[in-house]
Amino acid sequence: MPSITFIHPDGRQQRIDASHGESAMQAATRQDVSGILAECGGSAMCATCHVYVDDDWLARLPAMGDDEDALLDGAAAERQANSRLSCQIKLGADLDGLVLRLPDRQT
Amino acid sequence: MSATSRTDSVTPEHGAPAGVPHLDVDPFSTEFFEEPHPIHEALREAGPVVWLDKWGVYGVARYAEVHAVLNDPMTFCSSRGVGLSDFAKEKAWRPQSIILEADPPAHTRTRAVLNQILSATAMKPLRSHFTALAEAKADELLARGGFDAITDLAEAYPLSVFPDALGLKQEGRENLLPYASLVFNAFGPPNQLRQEAIERSAPHQAYVAEQCQRENLAPGGFGACIHARADAGDITHEEAPLLVRSLLSAGLDTTVYGIGAAVYCLARFPDQLAKLRSDPTLARNAFEEAIRFESPVQTFFRTTTREVELSGHRIGEGEKVLMFLGAANRDPRRWERADSYDITRRTTGHVGFGSGIHMCVGQLVARLEGEVMLAAIARKVGKIEITGPVKRRYNNTLRGLESLPITISPA
Ligand code: FES
Repeated sequence: MPSITFIHPDGRQQRIDASHGESAMQAATRQDVSGILAECGGSAMCATCHVYVDDDWLARLPAMGDDEDALLDGAAAERQANSRLSCQIKLGADLDGLVLRLPDRQT
Repeated sequence: MSATSRTDSVTPEHGAPAGVPHLDVDPFSTEFFEEPHPIHEALREAGPVVWLDKWGVYGVARYAEVHAVLNDPMTFCSSRGVGLSDFAKEKAWRPQSIILEADPPAHTRTRAVLNQILSATAMKPLRSHFTALAEAKADELLARGGFDAITDLAEAYPLSVFPDALGLKQEGRENLLPYASLVFNAFGPPNQLRQEAIERSAPHQAYVAEQCQRENLAPGGFGACIHARADAGDITHEEAPLLVRSLLSAGLDTTVYGIGAAVYCLARFPDQLAKLRSDPTLARNAFEEAIRFESPVQTFFRTTTREVELSGHRIGEGEKVLMFLGAANRDPRRWERADSYDITRRTTGHVGFGSGIHMCVGQLVARLEGEVMLAAIARKVGKIEITGPVKRRYNNTLRGLESLPITISPA
């Protein structure tokens, strides 16, 4: 089971277990990680599942789609070079240990 | 409460399956429309999967099963209709929707188009205009003091923003609400509500078919954007009007019910209005919580594409399964103090907009309208009081009010 660590804006770290094939957003909402709102439930419409990906992991994620790219421009918190939508990050064994930082707001 | 649960006898006509608790409640009756909550509770407590004698269908009312059915679209399909009528056996009352009543892979393409047209990126340029009109509406209503929160607010505000955002002509807009009410009544069983709605529908259907055509849609609106996607080759020119129709069917009345639900909540729970007033940034969540608490869209059906086991019950192929979204949204197995309206609650995961691939595609438009209207109320309104009899409106799918007389006073 891949595990992910979320780092809250106040520095608090929260480690959760995810199931294979689930997205980082699904794992987070299932286990009530505050800071992931995911209003659209993973349809890549809302940008309220925005995360900053720890540099060590960024290059290992699947490439960003056009929808995701366009949406990130509209995210509530500032877009950075390592911004991604957590609903578009599918988890497999290769992402065990993934570290995601949460933005200060999602709406 | 008249809801009863029996597991002994079997209704021969509809073949109640052995071992599945069956109930004689009718979720499309006046009794249910007036007060669904005790019946929801009976449905949830009877078991994870139930059988409804009256209509010969399975039902799920607990959060876990509703969520599971919504998130397994290949087993619980939409292409055979999301109402009681099974399109494999009966002709649909109108040409089938190419998004709502479609499964992957057909659904994937049309959904992607609407996802983009109605995304957060598309909402950004609308926000300031929607906000200005919400504030003007709040000012106008404050000047009047007393009014009907359904017609003068819950209907009037979306009517002032949505048809323009879509790019509709001025003439004929009075057909919009009757058309939507027809669509949602038609998901129900062949009862009086459904029959009457269909019998009266010819002019509304003709109006809607006409407005879906390219030449009738103003440039820059959602409708024109859909047609532009046909030029780009993402959908066909025959599909574009049908997608515009989906927005006309589902984009207005639902928001009316949503805003009506939120105002009704704030009128009944002054402590929550006070909280909202002290922090207007709670407006978006206050609207979201009203959607969970009142569930303006109460039910949808799915049809099984194969034999499936759900929470220990075997369901055969070709069976209709009725999902009670409102019951799931108040399932104490999922929600703490499920029956209280709490605008600071973490509402993530509620199924008021559905869940999975068919989750409401217009949700961000609805949330934008709800949020800016509630934010205007939060900043300007001090007190809301209900001043007369609250009347419910009956619809086979939607839950909301016909009339909510209130007075409001300035902050
Ligand atoms: S959940 Fe909406 S974009 Fe990720």
